[in-house]
Amino acid sequence: MSGMWPLWEVFIRARRGMSHIHVGSLHAPDAEMALRHARDVYTRRGEGVSIWVVPSSQITASSPDEKDAFFDPAADKIYRHPTFYDVPADAPHL
Amino acid sequence: MDGSDEQEAAFYAIIDADGRIEPRDDMPEAYRRSLVRQIAQHAHSEIIGMQPEGNWISRAPSLRRKAILLAKVQDEAGHGLYLYAAAETLGVSRDELLDKLHTRRQKYSSIFNYPTLTWADVGAIGWLVDGAAITNQIPLTRCSYGPYARAMVRICKEESFHQRQGFEALLALTRGTPEQKAMAQDALNRWWYPSLAMFGPPDTEGGGAKRSTHTEQSMRWGIKRFSNDELRQRFVDMTVPQADVLGLRMPDPDLRWNDERGHYDFTPPDWDELFAVINGDGPCNAQRIEHRVSAHHEGQWVRDAASAYAAKRQRHLEGVA
Amino acid sequence: MRSGNANSGTRWADAELTARAQPLVEYTLRLADDALVLSQRLGEWITRAPELEEDVALANIALDLLGQARALLTYAGQTEGAGRDEDALAYLRDDREFRNVLLVEQPNGDFAVTMARQLVFAAYQYELYDRLRASADQTLAAVAAKAVKEVAYHREHAALWVRRLGDGTDESRLRMVAGLDAIRPFVDELFDTDDLISQLGAVAVDPADLREPWAAYVDAVLIDVGLELPDPDHTARGGRLGLHGEALGYLLAEMQHLHRSHPGASW
Repeated sequence: MSGMWPLWEVFIRARRGMSHIHVGSLHAPDAEMALRHARDVYTRRGEGVSIWVVPSSQITASSPDEKDAFFDPAADKIYRHPTFYDVPADAPHL
Repeated sequence: MDGSDEQEAAFYAIIDADGRIEPRDDMPEAYRRSLVRQIAQHAHSEIIGMQPEGNWISRAPSLRRKAILLAKVQDEAGHGLYLYAAAETLGVSRDELLDKLHTRRQKYSSIFNYPTLTWADVGAIGWLVDGAAITNQIPLTRCSYGPYARAMVRICKEESFHQRQGFEALLALTRGTPEQKAMAQDALNRWWYPSLAMFGPPDTEGGGAKRSTHTEQSMRWGIKRFSNDELRQRFVDMTVPQADVLGLRMPDPDLRWNDERGHYDFTPPDWDELFAVINGDGPCNAQRIEHRVSAHHEGQWVRDAASAYAAKRQRHLEGVA
Repeated sequence: MRSGNANSGTRWADAELTARAQPLVEYTLRLADDALVLSQRLGEWITRAPELEEDVALANIALDLLGQARALLTYAGQTEGAGRDEDALAYLRDDREFRNVLLVEQPNGDFAVTMARQLVFAAYQYELYDRLRASADQTLAAVAAKAVKEVAYHREHAALWVRRLGDGTDESRLRMVAGLDAIRPFVDELFDTDDLISQLGAVAVDPADLREPWAAYVDAVLIDVGLELPDPDHTARGGRLGLHGEALGYLLAEMQHLHRSHPGASW
């Protein structure tokens, strides 16, 4: 029997109130083991309260070749950012 | 990268702006190959490095020291894992890399080809070898390849305790009985020059004035930030005062502070010995690889069983669906 | 105190008498030695595990057990009141003074033997600590409350592997069956009860009470992959009385030699 255990991407929620953040990857034969391994490898110092594991092969990524088309159109929509708007300095809670 | 000028220009634009190259970016093939080699060698060093220290887990002289050593060797396995994962983003598999380690087609740090003869060696490894490793690694947290730099950030953070525990273990010995102090001095005598050799050959190899082309290229690519000699000097300058605190004698009669240079002068390691050890002639080269290969072979049936189980469950799920 | 001083010269026979006079010390040493000896065995796997991820997992378990052992040994030493600390108890007692069950001192064998031992022992320790949380002794209750969470993980780790080896390849199944055979003779001792337990009343957990919930867990794991714990062709016991197998002598020789080579030294 050949074949290495597949690769999994590991995401950890460091504290309640935060998003899961990608921390690295590891090899595991299945999802259950991937979770255990992620716990052992990536939370040895109490780094997390929740873990996601995702097979690396299941991630669809945007291509760097298309990055202009993907991301440049957002760059000039400055009205999406709060600093675009002039408001009087004495207007409270804005 | 197919070598088109535009892609190459885009690559160097990121490098020149001290930006990070990410896995799916175009990159020169030589850059990719060089990184794979460097990261793999680094990962191999972590997992081979588990052996000389692991050698003392069962015999650690107090339960506190045993717990520290277990945690440290465990960290090294973790660090090996982070680094193999970083290499895998460059399109190689961990299996391929391990195979190259097992068949001696890729190297690991030669320091681990020396034996740990006494308990003091565990302290000396923490203090000197991890100290040298950290000196090497801190600049790598700013390396141009994103996944490698991120792995190094994590590793440096975790390794901060490794050097301190080594120093503390030696301090307990030098403040202990005469036998313990002699043990510590003996360990320093044996590990000092191999630690200096960890920074690699001198910049002006063969007495020439030119830095090795390999170093030049790695610097251009932002995967090496300082030359071997610069890092070695930094390590010596940092370590000598620590030896004084320990009350240990550096095994170098010519070691002294040079006011003019603002650095310590020191005797370089015996490069012939270094190259002999790199090329397989160290005291433990064969032992380290044999140990590693046998663990891998003996684990094959376990890994196969887990894969087979996963495949069965998958088929079962699909059959049900 | 510094270990290895005059107190540590106590002959084992004296120590045994002291222990008998102090049931709480004796009981605490049982718990401590189980954890210490198994931790020492699991530590032997480091650099030899089937995969790097598993080196990390086994080291975690060994570290948990070592932590439990240290807390318990320290407490045993304090309760005894003879000035022995965790190291004096770990490094300066001889085989006959160790109180661990025979199961934990068994050599690691292959990964299947180790996982069989892990499943049986972690499931036992889980039920034990789960009840010891309610001990009338506050220190033991506190150690158990922390340890039960660790052991829950150990138990699950073993269960995952026993399922995978039991229903993996033909080879792994054969090895898993052999692993269960290998540890079977040492299972019953876990549940032995004696005068010490009844003497301690609400301080101790009666091992006999653990057998049923233990079996429910272990059997469920094994049945899931069509395995069972075989009937033993013989059973071995004696660990609680300090009557061990030969393997423990070598384990302790290795563990203790450096510490004993430098009497009175600090590390």
